[in-house]
Amino acid sequence: MRPLTDDETKTMFEKLSKYIGENIKHLVDRPDGTYCFRLHNDRVYYISETILKLATNISRGKLVSVGTCFGKFTKTIKFRLHITALDFLAPYAKFKVWVKPGQEQSFLYGNHVLKSGLGRITENTNQYQGVVVYSMADVPLVSWPSPFTYCPLSNQISQHIALPLHILSIIQSNQSTYSPPPSHTVHYPIKSVNI
Amino acid sequence: MGRKLDPTTYVKKGPGRKSRKQKGAETELAKFLTDEDTAPKRLSSRSRKRAGKRAQVTKKPKESIEKEEPKKGFTDENSEWLKPAKRKREVGQSDNEDDSDSQWEQEEDEGQEGGENNKGKNILIEGDGDDNDDLVDDYGALEDSSEGEGEVDGDGEELLPIERAARKQKKLQEAMGQESGDDDDDDDNKGKSGDEDMDEDDTVQANLDDMDKFILPGAEEIAKEGVLLVDLQTIHQRIKDNVDVLSHFATKREEGKERTEYLSLLKKDLSTYYSYNNFLIDKLLDIFPVSELIDFLEANEIQRPVTIRTNTLKTRRRDLAQALINRGVNLDPLGKWSKVGLVIFDSSVPIGATPEYLAGHYMLQGASSFLPVMALSPQEGETVLDMSSAPGGKTTYMAQLMRNTGVIVANDASADRLKSVVGNIHRLGVTNSMICNYDGRQFPKVMGGFDRVLLDAPCSGTGVISKDPAVKTSKDESDIQRLAHLQKELILAAIDSVNAESPSGGYLVYCTCSIMVEENEWVVDYALKKRNVKLVQTGLDFGKEGFTRFKERRFHPSLKLSRRFYPHSHNMDGFFVAKLKKFSNTVPTTAVEKDGEEETEPSEAVEVTADSSDEDGPSNAGSKNKSKKQKPVPGKPTVSQKTTANGKPAKSIGKKTTNPSTLKKNEKPTGQKKAKIAKMDGGTVKVDGELKKSNTVKTEGETTKQSKEGSRFEKKGDKQRKSPMQSKKRMGKNKFNKLKKLLKKEEVGQ
Repeated sequence: MRPLTDDETKTMFEKLSKYIGENIKHLVDRPDGTYCFRLHNDRVYYISETILKLATNISRGKLVSVGTCFGKFTKTIKFRLHITALDFLAPYAKFKVWVKPGQEQSFLYGNHVLKSGLGRITENTNQYQGVVVYSMADVPLVSWPSPFTYCPLSNQISQHIALPLHILSIIQSNQSTYSPPPSHTVHYPIKSVNI
Repeated sequence: MGRKLDPTTYVKKGPGRKSRKQKGAETELAKFLTDEDTAPKRLSSRSRKRAGKRAQVTKKPKESIEKEEPKKGFTDENSEWLKPAKRKREVGQSDNEDDSDSQWEQEEDEGQEGGENNKGKNILIEGDGDDNDDLVDDYGALEDSSEGEGEVDGDGEELLPIERAARKQKKLQEAMGQESGDDDDDDDNKGKSGDEDMDEDDTVQANLDDMDKFILPGAEEIAKEGVLLVDLQTIHQRIKDNVDVLSHFATKREEGKERTEYLSLLKKDLSTYYSYNNFLIDKLLDIFPVSELIDFLEANEIQRPVTIRTNTLKTRRRDLAQALINRGVNLDPLGKWSKVGLVIFDSSVPIGATPEYLAGHYMLQGASSFLPVMALSPQEGETVLDMSSAPGGKTTYMAQLMRNTGVIVANDASADRLKSVVGNIHRLGVTNSMICNYDGRQFPKVMGGFDRVLLDAPCSGTGVISKDPAVKTSKDESDIQRLAHLQKELILAAIDSVNAESPSGGYLVYCTCSIMVEENEWVVDYALKKRNVKLVQTGLDFGKEGFTRFKERRFHPSLKLSRRFYPHSHNMDGFFVAKLKKFSNTVPTTAVEKDGEEETEPSEAVEVTADSSDEDGPSNAGSKNKSKKQKPVPGKPTVSQKTTANGKPAKSIGKKTTNPSTLKKNEKPTGQKKAKIAKMDGGTVKVDGELKKSNTVKTEGETTKQSKEGSRFEKKGDKQRKSPMQSKKRMGKNKFNKLKKLLKKEEVGQ
């Protein structure tokens, strides 16, 4: 487990800021202690300092996971966010998309959010803006394979679109860590569209 | 050009060659079903006679049975207990599919049946009559006859099995009223002599004798059963009757039959009926009384209800229940002992795939898995270790109790299963955890000083047979012993990882999902002996107390603070939970134990050393190292005992040693040998602390030696006899004296 290098930190923060903007410092300085990011086996873990101290006791080969995994660096040093980061990013998300109850299930099982399913959306959502999807009860939705979506169409444009079935939020493909793929999902979402 | 295909002579063949051969299920079945659809056969003269006789005996019409006669029975001697079933019976009903052919053939042969078969049939019929006398265990016969009878009843309509059974029951009851004082509960096991008084035919009597033979199993009967497929119903009834007899043994036993015979038959039947191996049945019979055993085995056949645990980090039970109900799940709170548990009765959506599940609002977890965490009750801000955490249910429960504060170290020896821990921890939003992949036994070295430790030890799984029926046949004596050994190592490692001086904790919870005493009470008892821990209340107010004694073993009386849970009494998986508190961080040495033991049992000490002196022999010659160094020290008390045994004043009995030694008590040599070793050590050891002690040992050793020398000419007792190997290690007299002088010089020098 080691701290992130500058380059890695930059890459990661860039990605994060797409969703939460400048609120990154809220992630680091929290009221209940300082949190930090550490790299282990190409994965970035978000842990508090108390755990960090104890975790140094565990040898590198034996350590599997610490705190929360935010994402990982690929072989070409690109950063992928994981579902597991959702809980931390959701409170600070800048652009949100609310989904109607009917569309909730569909989104959860991997479908894109169609315009017909859109409940609310933050203003001025640009095209290809990273958004976080919520249910109407303000619960951040976790979809397989990934909850992190982006808007292929900007807000202004979408208002003009008549067809209700226009795809509004495309799921950014990602590695799912904990929910097994539902058996009825046949399609695979768009692979790694890089933001 | 081979085949002569003459179009003029070509015969049209219709459906293909193969399709002709296999006409399909309907045609096959038709062969068997036609007999049932035919009109009732005309009775032969014999049948009519028999019917008349029966009417006399039972005073009720039984004509309907006779129609079915031809179908019943076999030509061999098994006819009284082996009954073919009709096609219409359910598949589950035993052995009759392969008998159907023979049955069918038999029908064809019906007209040609010999006298023997008639007799067989005779017995069959009387078997029905016999049912009136006492509820015979010949369940197959009973059912068959009732089925045969009920096929077309007096009203000409087909009866359902339950209706047939009801009619049978009614008839039986009427019959019971007619006869004098026959006990319904008596079965074949009871002597039938009493029944002879009743007015019965010889045929009935003959049948009773046949029933009698049932319990005198004899080798032929068992062999018969071993070869032929036995009706499971027969076995089941036999089990029930056997248990009944065993429960009221004095009254219901058959004369001359020992309890062991009934028990051995019961064991065999249980293994067959429930598909257990003999080892496991034996073990279970030791743990449970016979009637409870049946409940336990039955409970293992069905699944426990599905339960979930609300993740209070993300939601409340109320809200979750509401959300799930909206999805179409039928659920209920688990019980008043849990505030986070919900039991699922049925559901229209898969419970493991709801959005709430994916959002981490709940976790699928067995009810019994709540218990160890509730017993441990980790507090906020504590450092907790979960030594065997996969798949992570208990770890996440602990995290939610701690409200994501403190630190949880989730360890598991299996890297594969750790992935599920990772997944669950992330899904449920646990942030204060570390997941690692050590063997639990290494733990105090990796990290120690935990406030609380949870050890859900790997076990034989005899409590979760309903989840994994393979356990029934795969567990063996060696498995249990290996597991017990591993569990003992793990519990010691766990205890060593706890910090006794922790301000809020110092607790360890040991739990297994097994009901075997070797894995539960024995392991905890071992821990109590080996470390400074004590048992405390688990805080679980339900569940059976743990055993304080079992067969020949005696455990510490505080074992009754541990709790056992059974599937048949608590409707959760079999479980064992024990909560230990560590009250001191020091590891008790074996010397302390020795002293304690020796004061009470001096003779035992002598014997023990005598016994183990053999092991000592070879090793002594080889190694003049630390182990030897320690020997004289622990040897001291024993030496003193020896001197007392020899009638000399014991020296320094009370000397306590603080050597953190391994078990050296058993390796102490006897008499002269000990003295020699002591001397040798005294000669070689120059460590300060040791030297003094060794010197004193030497003096004692000398006295012992002298005393031994004095008695050398006396016949040595068994305890003092040495093996040839050992005697070779003895020093010569001169050498001995030289060393003695050396030591005296050293003493003087000091």
